[in-house]
Amino acid sequence: MNNLFVFCELDEGRPAEVSLELLTRGRSLANTLGCRLEAVILGSGLDGIENELFPYGVDVVHVADDPVLEHYRTMPYTSVITGLFRQEQPQIALMGATTTGRDLGPRVSSALHSGLTADCTGLEIGDHYVKKTDTTYKNLLYQIRPAFGGNIIATIINPDHRPQMATVREGVMKREIVNKNYSGELKKIDISAFIKPEDLAVEILERHIEPRKVDIKAAQIIVSGGYGMGSKENFALLYELASVLGGEVAASRAAVDAGYAGHERQVGQTGVTVRPKLYIACGISGQIQHTAGMDQSGKIIAINNDPMAPINSIADYVINGDVAEVIPKLIKYYRANAK
Amino acid sequence: MNGIKIVVLAKQVPDTRNVGPDAMKADGTVNRSVLPAIFNPEDLNALEQALRIKERYKGVTVTLLTMGPVRAAEIIREGLYRGADDGVLLTDRAFAGSDTLATSYALALAVKRLAPDIVIGGRQAIDGDTAQVGPQVAEKLGWPQVTYAEEMHLEGDRLIIRRRLERGVETVSSPLPLVVTVNGTAPSCRYRHARLLMKYKYARTDTELQAESSDYIAAGRPAIKITEWGVEAIGADPEQLGLSGSPTKVKEIENVILQAKESKRLTASDKDIESLVRELIENHTIG
Repeated sequence: MNNLFVFCELDEGRPAEVSLELLTRGRSLANTLGCRLEAVILGSGLDGIENELFPYGVDVVHVADDPVLEHYRTMPYTSVITGLFRQEQPQIALMGATTTGRDLGPRVSSALHSGLTADCTGLEIGDHYVKKTDTTYKNLLYQIRPAFGGNIIATIINPDHRPQMATVREGVMKREIVNKNYSGELKKIDISAFIKPEDLAVEILERHIEPRKVDIKAAQIIVSGGYGMGSKENFALLYELASVLGGEVAASRAAVDAGYAGHERQVGQTGVTVRPKLYIACGISGQIQHTAGMDQSGKIIAINNDPMAPINSIADYVINGDVAEVIPKLIKYYRANAK
Repeated sequence: MNGIKIVVLAKQVPDTRNVGPDAMKADGTVNRSVLPAIFNPEDLNALEQALRIKERYKGVTVTLLTMGPVRAAEIIREGLYRGADDGVLLTDRAFAGSDTLATSYALALAVKRLAPDIVIGGRQAIDGDTAQVGPQVAEKLGWPQVTYAEEMHLEGDRLIIRRRLERGVETVSSPLPLVVTVNGTAPSCRYRHARLLMKYKYARTDTELQAESSDYIAAGRPAIKITEWGVEAIGADPEQLGLSGSPTKVKEIENVILQAKESKRLTASDKDIESLVRELIENHTIG
């Protein structure tokens, strides 16, 4: 009882990357707490899925396998998760800050009257002392996230309500297999105990999901553009440099909002977190929402016209100049010097 | 279906997208007073969806519902200028300090009193980016929710909605009543209408009327009232509101100060760029 639960999502029939990252973080938090790590996964045709989760140190995998759960729908998923949580009383419940997790999380937290913190960039265990009542809460989940447009970092806690819930974006936590042969237990969920006929009122008429194409997370070298690139056309320069260096193109939220690049390339708090060997930030001012998604990069080069740009303070190299002038030179000298 | 009633959930937010240096006080905290208060951008996308339904079907009414301080009446007027029929401001000291769950509790009670067929709100507000209030209101009402909507229309007694997902789109059909949250990728909201601006310029809440100088009354304008509700009007349990009704607590706030690190400053000159490229190749960063 009172274990740490991770809601696992499926991506093209396999456990989603973000879910595996959360299991990894969940395992280490569970170790700190001295509790078990449990996963819950819903879908259709899930035979053997538990074996993909156990290696992350999962002690129990709860599987709900039924055709009505094939695609995510708010109401049936909420009913299964809240039903399971009422029964199992987890102390912590984590989910990915995906379109699914951000739809399901608040619904579940409302049904259980528990606190939920969205888009955490850090999860820690710690105590909390309340002076007024002279009470110390032991081993709470610190849910750390930027707020107020990234101008502050807030640590949120839920002292009195369980489960303590948090969503985390893909790429924020690292994924790591604990033990290939880790042995856990499989528990099948009987959904008829939880799902009511009215939960199925919303019908999916059509679905078009593109296969995952751009994967900036896996790139060792990222050439990223911001609003300062000025236009979608200027982004062509970034693609050229990325292709020469063998990297990927990314963008800041401002650039994505301006239509210079697709959302799948967005780096930052509301996009993807990346840790490439080299991050080249072109025309990016470096608001905290952006830097939160790239400040762990091995080396950072900032190219911009603004000597005061915040990105400069975290960059290893600052090139003060016009991107349209600097990038062709980088390409030229790379070609001339590469072996 | 005729006579559909739509409630649009909207929030007045500080414009966190344009935080300048003067937005931070000397002690490093955010100076909210210098940030302009705006109509939350995705709530404008939501309003547009409601107005499109109103144009397309007979007898549709659009009511704006917002919770906030007295000055949040500004966004109700903003909504009226663009085509909303009326507005309700939920305002009470007891609401202060509410997290998303306590906020949803109050909003859900107000929605119940308004008894609409469709509730439409923005996906999330830019001051918190949580995207929690829409689904939490839906759960409190026990209604279906459809998030990330981009387009919607009625078909018989159901609403057909196109949703934007991470890597694709989904079209769903839901019975009424329901809660829909609208994505920023949905069409932008129409501009203010000059005629409506003239009509609603002096629309006021009771509190505003009391506080305002007499020139409004002296001008002899027709008193178009914006409804103002407090805790009692919606029959809320004060224990479920504000700090006491909020499961989440803020333990600590840290102001962001970017760590300065030693960086090499270069120019766009050929010499600087070539030496940088060579250095990166030598230390195996590239190549």
